Amino acid sequence: MILASAGAAFFIVPLIGLLLRTPWASAWHQLGSPEVLAALRLSLLASVSATSIAVILGVPLAWTFARLTFPGRAVIRALTVLPMVLPPVVGGVALLYAFGRRGLLGASLAAAFGIHLPFTTAGAIMAETFVAMPFLVITVEAGLRSMDTRFEDAARSLGANRWTVLWRVTLPLVRPSLVAGAVLCWARALGEFGATITFAGNLPGRTQTMPLAVYLALETNPDAAVVLSLVLLAVSLAVLIGLRDRWLGAS
Amino acid sequence: MTLDARIRAGVGAFTLDVELAVAAGELVAVLGPNGAGKTSLLRALAGLLPLGSGRVTLDGVVLEDPAKRIRVPSERRPIGLVFQDYLLFPHLSVLENVAFGLRARGVARATAIVQAGRWLDRVGLPSEGERRPASLSGGQAQRVALARALATNPALLLLDEPMAALDASTRVAFRRDLRRHLESYHGVRLLVTHDPVEAMAMADRLVVLEDGRVLQSGTPAEVTQHPRSRYVADLVGVNLFRGRASHDVITIAGGGSLTAAGATDGEVFAVVHPRSVALFRMRPDGTPRNVWEGRAVDLDLEGDRVRVRLTGSPPIVAEVTPAAVRELGLDRGDQVWVAVKATEVNVYPA
Repeated sequence: MILASAGAAFFIVPLIGLLLRTPWASAWHQLGSPEVLAALRLSLLASVSATSIAVILGVPLAWTFARLTFPGRAVIRALTVLPMVLPPVVGGVALLYAFGRRGLLGASLAAAFGIHLPFTTAGAIMAETFVAMPFLVITVEAGLRSMDTRFEDAARSLGANRWTVLWRVTLPLVRPSLVAGAVLCWARALGEFGATITFAGNLPGRTQTMPLAVYLALETNPDAAVVLSLVLLAVSLAVLIGLRDRWLGAS
Repeated sequence: MTLDARIRAGVGAFTLDVELAVAAGELVAVLGPNGAGKTSLLRALAGLLPLGSGRVTLDGVVLEDPAKRIRVPSERRPIGLVFQDYLLFPHLSVLENVAFGLRARGVARATAIVQAGRWLDRVGLPSEGERRPASLSGGQAQRVALARALATNPALLLLDEPMAALDASTRVAFRRDLRRHLESYHGVRLLVTHDPVEAMAMADRLVVLEDGRVLQSGTPAEVTQHPRSRYVADLVGVNLFRGRASHDVITIAGGGSLTAAGATDGEVFAVVHPRSVALFRMRPDGTPRNVWEGRAVDLDLEGDRVRVRLTGSPPIVAEVTPAAVRELGLDRGDQVWVAVKATEVNVYPA
């Protein structure tokens, strides 16, 4: 009982600390400051973009994992969900050596199209996608696996081709998983720090997302750091409440 | 219109090996115990289970022939499928469900909706179009599923245990309606069921499937009079023996023998109705008949008769009156004499 209380307190005390330290009087003022606004705007843009890319690429990937068997599937699947357990900073380093100036693809991208990804907003989006997409993939894959595939059989017997089956039957039936996966993915992208700072750097207005701004502001403007943290906390709580039926049961 | 199918397909360790021909206007019921391969057969016909070998032809059009590398995908086969558990799309309204096949086949939305509405009328659910499938009763859901399958005017209608999930009272009403719809439908009809009553009540012809193979096929009367498997014999409630006949004596495969009148020599089936089996405490004598000793292992009251299951050589089931059981003082475990007249043994070639 004592250990359990200690365990709970371990999570609750830091939150109280954050709330007590909040400069409520100047909170609105802090939120309105140009640096904070820029970080907020960039974070929203990057996390929403990352989530969109994750949906576009991740849903076909999840479908492939759930429905097809091919040699090496287990290995490829393991590699694509690896970023969930990989230290994000390692992801950032890996991205640098793939898409950086001298990277595997980065050099040719720069030479052929003049595209430079590192230290750009696109780079920040890429870093967030890298880290967050696995959450979408495994959630949607689980949804596809638990779905009764005979609905798809019924649709095909009614004359629906694969594309129609996917759009009108499969995706609507796994919509709860798709929504949950996208929300998780977005929340993870919003909080992304390690891969972003490594691959995209910390340029205000271009790659400095909220978590980066919080870290930096701790030194210069602790009040702003606390307010930004509070915003991120509120978002996390909203996600948790939104997905409570899925995770926390009916209680 | 006819369906001609020769199907060999594997599902895991199970092999389906079936030949089937169905003419339009004929309602064929595929009857068999669970796991006999009935659903696999429908899936193969629908193009949802690829054939290993064989050939499926509908109205002269080859739908599948692995040897010639022909395989029309499911969505381009002119079929309608009705499932045991309806499988209505839960995210679409009833009307959209019925319109689904028309939309998928390229009918304009407005036209599809009008036609779907007409189908809902026909199955007696004109005002349920806006409801979600989850709010329907079992009988209503299966009517919608039937309308959805028929709306595309398929050449082949496949019904997979359409009444198995309905409760008893709904089933009677649904069966009556289903028969009416099937009569006005002009394509090839195939009904799969494990319920013999349903099969006998609906079908012109039965195909008995067991362990992936056709054991027997014929009109319900032919099948019940000449069962060729334990499964059918049990359904009909008769004793079935298989053995070798020689000069009116049948040596039964599992032990024992039976004398029958006018049996042709060779491998035969012999059927004895339980009501023709007489039981005695003392060995009976007199007219030539089959007499052997058995032990009563089970007594069951069924209607106004008692079914007595006996071990012996051969084992047999007798049906006697409760009065006879009293007179004999018969109880479980008792030793009795079993007698069957030679004229009551119905023999036909295996």
